[in-house]
Amino acid sequence: MKAYSIIVLAKQVPDTRNVGKDAMKADGTVNRAALPAIFNPEDLNALEQALRIKDRYPGTTVKILTMGPVRAAEVIREGLYRGADGGILLTDRAFAGSDTLATSYALSQAIKKMGKTDLIIAGRQAIDGDTAQVGPQVAEKLNMLQITYVEEVAELKNDTIILKRRLDRGVETVKCKLPLVMTVNGTAPECRVRNAKLLMQYKRARTITELQRENEDYTHLYNERSDLNIAEWTVNDIETDSSQLGLTGSPTKVKTIVNVVLQAKDSKVISDSDADIENMMIELIDSHVIG
Amino acid sequence: MNNVFVYCEIEDGQVAEVSLELLTKGRTLANELACSLEAIAVGHNLEGVAAQVIPYGVDTLYLADDKRLYPYQTLPHTSVVVKLFREKEPQIALLGATSIGRDLGPRVSSALNSGLTADCTSLEIGTHFDRRANKNYESLLYQIRPAFGGNIIATIINPDHRPQMATVREGVMKKSILDPKYKGKVVQLNVADYVDDSDFVVEIIERHIEKSRLNIKGAPIIVAGGYGVGSKENFNLLFELAEVLGGEVGASRAAIDAGYVDSARQIGQTGITVRPKLYIACGISGQIQHRAGMEQSAQIIAINTDPEAPINSIADYVITGSITDIIPKMIKYYKKNTK
Ligand SMILES: Cc1cc2nc3c(=O)[nH]c(=O)nc-3n(C[C@H](O)[C@H](O)[C@H](O)COP(=O)(O)OP(=O)(O)OC[C@H]3O[C@@H](n4cnc5c(N)ncnc54)[C@H](O)[C@@H]3O)c2cc1C
Repeated sequence: MKAYSIIVLAKQVPDTRNVGKDAMKADGTVNRAALPAIFNPEDLNALEQALRIKDRYPGTTVKILTMGPVRAAEVIREGLYRGADGGILLTDRAFAGSDTLATSYALSQAIKKMGKTDLIIAGRQAIDGDTAQVGPQVAEKLNMLQITYVEEVAELKNDTIILKRRLDRGVETVKCKLPLVMTVNGTAPECRVRNAKLLMQYKRARTITELQRENEDYTHLYNERSDLNIAEWTVNDIETDSSQLGLTGSPTKVKTIVNVVLQAKDSKVISDSDADIENMMIELIDSHVIG
Repeated sequence: MNNVFVYCEIEDGQVAEVSLELLTKGRTLANELACSLEAIAVGHNLEGVAAQVIPYGVDTLYLADDKRLYPYQTLPHTSVVVKLFREKEPQIALLGATSIGRDLGPRVSSALNSGLTADCTSLEIGTHFDRRANKNYESLLYQIRPAFGGNIIATIINPDHRPQMATVREGVMKKSILDPKYKGKVVQLNVADYVDDSDFVVEIIERHIEKSRLNIKGAPIIVAGGYGVGSKENFNLLFELAEVLGGEVGASRAAIDAGYVDSARQIGQTGITVRPKLYIACGISGQIQHRAGMEQSAQIIAINTDPEAPINSIADYVITGSITDIIPKMIKYYKKNTK
């Protein structure tokens, strides 16, 4: 039976689903620090698809690739707790200000360095931007086929894969050959929870910068347990053309950002009393809005 | 050369609504830029496409017609569009933010190394002065979209890369025919020059696309529910009110994420945009991504337990209280006063 080599692209994102009142500063701007950083939800669906293949085909390796600040190593640990074999944190000031294209360029250069890969699996989109661009842009940069919006791997035999996709208004089943980039929809099965044994095993997994910051001396531990070392790559670890990196490599620029000031309408404030509601309904009927 | 291009999506010979909306917008942009509007359709049996799109003011329609090009597949469609864009060098390229546009757009932008902005809610032409380079840019496309968790609107530009690409959701732009007798020319592309046999590596085994869709966009009255509705069962109250008033039920993304209703009902920046006569927002806080899809409604009723909910500031009627109390009363007094 064939074993596969899989890379999961994952991103740490601010939890924009829970933008509460305290996430807004007094001046009306977003207080990013108040938003918890989480594993992008659809990237977890992607990880689950990878782990299912690993369950079925022993010897398959699942590696997580994430680009972001040092704290994004958390995403790799979360992956390890669920069954991933390892991961790489791509982190460097040179990547700052990347739009989706510059991000895809950096990721694809890292993927090239990671060696032969059968499957690259990413979430359809990240909740902080909802652009759904990185998967396809990575695929193009690697000159690979992409299959987007995957809900299920229906069959995988040698190098042939059958995938079920969820489209805006329907479903599609496609058959193609590996290697392949696929993006996974939120409607695909949820990711399994952390495994208690793996959690114990990997809770001390760190990148080099994290170790330095923690300022604790576990040197012996990291010398003995290579599996606790999370690889941290900077721009110098991958081959890049600096004109395609970061802000310089981003064709899109943010020209302006405007805080939205709500233009308050002259609203009628009414109570939930029977009389108020009846009056409102009568007004709406009389003005032919309803009825 | 350097025209405005729209990628037209085709399903069963029918041009998608969103493509017609983009052609309408594209025509306005082309007028402002004093250039032509061009369209590309890739598929099979495209004879009927010209009559559908040229009235929107299309000067040139390119057709890539081949049995293998329908249904949509990533690689061959990318090849056609990339090659054509390399030849024609459009300054602007617009696509629908649909399953197809969101699969094709990034692939094309990556191949051409040009920028792409997703889910724009407004497109305008404007200037830009780059202070660092001391360079002035005339006539850039402002790609305007809400960003980050709410409350900010970002204007994105692509100063140096062409085409300037953007996707837009269905319903965001209004479609309108320019001239039913508009004269545009049709160019048949020789497909073999644009695709390679090696592009056809995907076999579509099964495909099922719904025809009849919920008609939320066309509904005169929309009863929309948010996370505050609290449960699937409580949503039945909204369905009942919509039924009584002759409307449709919409939802916020939080309500959909919570599994209360189907995602086809999502209203907002990443859902559909609606402009009904009456929008009844039930248990919706009114984050900007939601408002982006409904604030042009003629009248808005906000029902919320929180008197400070942001939705209230754009509502015509603000009712502070719980939907479980208020909706039954609305049904009751509607019935009583229309008998
Ligand atoms: C990139 C991006 C794109 C997005 N696109 C969209 C989009 O297209 N559409 C969309 O809707 N959202 C979108 N969102 C999400 C959006 O930011 C909000 O999270 C979402 O709109 C909140 O939904 P809500 O108002 O239902 O939930 P909440 O914000 O949780 O509000 C619930 C409301 O219900 C009220 N309430 C509670 N109980 C009751 C009761 N019994 N009766 C009456 N009221 C009650 C509460 O006071 C509260 O105001 C997007 C976010 C991002 C980051």
